Amino acid sequence: MEENVVLSMRGITMTFPGVRALEDVDFTLRKGEVHALMGENGAGKSTLIKVLTGVHEKDSGVIRLDGIDHPIENKSPEEAQRMGISTVYQEVNLCPNLSIAENIYIGREPQRHGFIDWKKMNVMASSLLEQFGITADVTVPVGHYSIALQQMVAIARAVDMQCKVLIFDEPTSSLDEDEVEKLFTVMRALKGQGVGIVFVTHFLEQVYEVCDRITVLRNGKLVGEFAVQELPRWQLVAKMMGKDFDDLAAIKSLRTNSPSDETVIKTNGLGHQGTIKPFDLNVKKGEVIGLAGLLGSGRSELARCLYGVDKPDKGSIQVGGKDFSASHPLDSMEAGMAYLPEDRKKEGVIGDLSVKDNIIIALQAKKGAFHLLSKKDQEKFADAYIELLQIKTRDRDTPVKSLSGGNQQKVIIGRWLLTQPDFIILDEPTRGIDVGTKTEIQKLVLQLADKGTSVMFISSEIDEMLRTCDHMAVMKDGQKIAELDAAELDQKTIMSTIAGGGK
Amino acid sequence: MKNEWKKITRFRLFLPIMCLILVLLVNVIKTPSFFFLSVRNGVLYGYIIDVINRASELVVLAVGMTLVVAASGGTDISVGSMMAVAGAMSCYVLSGGQVSVNGYAAPWIAGALSALAVATLCGAWNGFLVARMRIQPMVATLILFTAGRGIAQLVTRGQITYIRVDSYKYLGNFIPHVPLPTSIFVAILVVVLTNLLLRKTSLGLYIQAVGINKDASRLVGIKANKIIFFTYAFCGFLAGIAGLIASSRIYSADANNIGLNMELDAILAVALGGNDLAGGKFNITGSVIGAYTIQALTTTLYAMGVTADQVPVYKAIVVVIIVTLQSEEFKKWFAKAMAQKKPVEA
Repeated sequence: MEENVVLSMRGITMTFPGVRALEDVDFTLRKGEVHALMGENGAGKSTLIKVLTGVHEKDSGVIRLDGIDHPIENKSPEEAQRMGISTVYQEVNLCPNLSIAENIYIGREPQRHGFIDWKKMNVMASSLLEQFGITADVTVPVGHYSIALQQMVAIARAVDMQCKVLIFDEPTSSLDEDEVEKLFTVMRALKGQGVGIVFVTHFLEQVYEVCDRITVLRNGKLVGEFAVQELPRWQLVAKMMGKDFDDLAAIKSLRTNSPSDETVIKTNGLGHQGTIKPFDLNVKKGEVIGLAGLLGSGRSELARCLYGVDKPDKGSIQVGGKDFSASHPLDSMEAGMAYLPEDRKKEGVIGDLSVKDNIIIALQAKKGAFHLLSKKDQEKFADAYIELLQIKTRDRDTPVKSLSGGNQQKVIIGRWLLTQPDFIILDEPTRGIDVGTKTEIQKLVLQLADKGTSVMFISSEIDEMLRTCDHMAVMKDGQKIAELDAAELDQKTIMSTIAGGGK
Repeated sequence: MKNEWKKITRFRLFLPIMCLILVLLVNVIKTPSFFFLSVRNGVLYGYIIDVINRASELVVLAVGMTLVVAASGGTDISVGSMMAVAGAMSCYVLSGGQVSVNGYAAPWIAGALSALAVATLCGAWNGFLVARMRIQPMVATLILFTAGRGIAQLVTRGQITYIRVDSYKYLGNFIPHVPLPTSIFVAILVVVLTNLLLRKTSLGLYIQAVGINKDASRLVGIKANKIIFFTYAFCGFLAGIAGLIASSRIYSADANNIGLNMELDAILAVALGGNDLAGGKFNITGSVIGAYTIQALTTTLYAMGVTADQVPVYKAIVVVIIVTLQSEEFKKWFAKAMAQKKPVEA
């Protein structure tokens, strides 16, 4: 094996029923480098990593690891871990009912006289987390903590296991900037120790911040391997998409109508004990209203309160000028609302059901159990939205869980568009989605607003909000602290509002 | 040809049906008389008829159990006890509180309806505990599993109540001039009506959605708790029907024995039918085939001269084989074994 190389994958090919997921892909990882694996959704990044970690079995190809003089065959993630390949996955993979310490040391608990040494385990876990600058009670079940903290625990676990290759599969999607910075510090430290790091992300700026090298995949094939300094950002995007990339900023010109003055939704001191402090909000017809703020600032909580997922216990809400109160999300739907939740896996997709069922289910629920949509209508609706949103699926009867993340998100968007809402809440609709689909979703938001639908757009990416929003509310510590109108919308004002609590 | 074979083996019910055929095949060799039919006194007799007849209660229970499993990812272990309660209620109403009667104290329909009502109430109680109080299904239904037979004893005041009226025996035996046992028709009716209910409304879709992802289902406007509640109440209702059949067979209410251990067979039928006990997608036809497989197995063993107390051992062995055949791990292993063979062919 070549000097300095810790992992080499050659000619990896892997087929799912009917789809060639990887075709003759090479990947080389050197000691002490951070190597970005880039590509659009469905390009084969996750599949390549799953082949490496033994989740999927490859059809052909050779994987070699430094220090082992024969090709390795991983049959399971546990086996890969023993070989020194650890992974932090996109979605948090922890047991929510076990404590932080148990999650970190599961399967390798420190022992004393054949029994688990709980005291030692908790102390070890605390000190490990402190390295990340986190102080948390490690005896509390993981499920009680925020997604961000859970993600850090997952990273701590992977880091703590002696590893040669550490894979980060979208670890930053649910972290705020401070946490991302902490993570990068850890990554750089590990790099210094000679660990090879594979970094899968959709955030281009992060690639340029920490990575040394980039491998690009497209449609299951290798596009090439590049040193970061040799590949400017726009070229990377072009390579990922296989075409030259039109400027994202241009999409705002798609908007032809401006929002009307008609108020669709008006809240008066609406609040929910423990999640969101009372707020007043006006949503106008055909307006895109953004919710900005750090992760955990109450953005999602405001949306959930509005939609009635968390039933408000204070204040009132008016829809179309009439008093409204929801005792179940169905009531909100009947009032013309739609809600795309932040956590796609937990609250969005109904995994085993087909693409078709996932699309029609909200409309069906709205119609009621005794008004079943005819088979013909179901198929017509499903096909229409597969076509409209360019959902990549084998057919409408494919289980939605076998689609890539971005396509799953499109299915859920289709589900809500089918209900013809007057007001749609999109909570992080572009998280974990490739650049191309992101642009499509942003365009869609503008088109919806143009046709008179009011949209609430929640995103961690300020760029994206600037491109789409007419109006913005800023959240901090569970409270709405400011509203910015069109004239005030620029990166600097938003940042300082989020940071300072005033305009 | 090869493609067609693939299509057949991919069919969801392929394995459950194969298992049933396997059990029947054993009889072709061991007890050919298994398939003989004869007519005596104008009704059909034979092992096959016996299997279909005896399986009726199990089929009815399996239908309810399938829905409970699908919606809540848990099992209702109180169905056997609910059968006993239903039987006791029916006999209590029809006997007017006597230990043994030779004529109805109330119209038959009153007995049947009160039995179904009380069983549905029991199911609703289970549903309330699971859906509303969020108690784990196994624990929630454990309450009626133990208390149900006590309630049945209370109703019959600790006596075995006999209804010595011919028409009471119709449900569990034969209606005059009909060559087939009545319970067969009841089972078919339950299966057909339930399927209609699930397919002509969106209940089937809702049940699957709730079983797969309850949170997401709620957000798209499905009242998840109501759906779960409904499946338990419906399961209770069906247990009531099964209880009526069982009580009619022995024209009495035997609180200690009606439906004894049936909950386990019902759960097994659901599993044999290829349904995931973790909930979500379901297939009622699979469960029905599972129920007939279990009964065919039992009857086969009896026909082969195995004594009643040894039957469970043989049953266990066969069940292990059938469940293994259907497991994902085995399928993977089998697919691999087949794939390795291929190059030799070429």
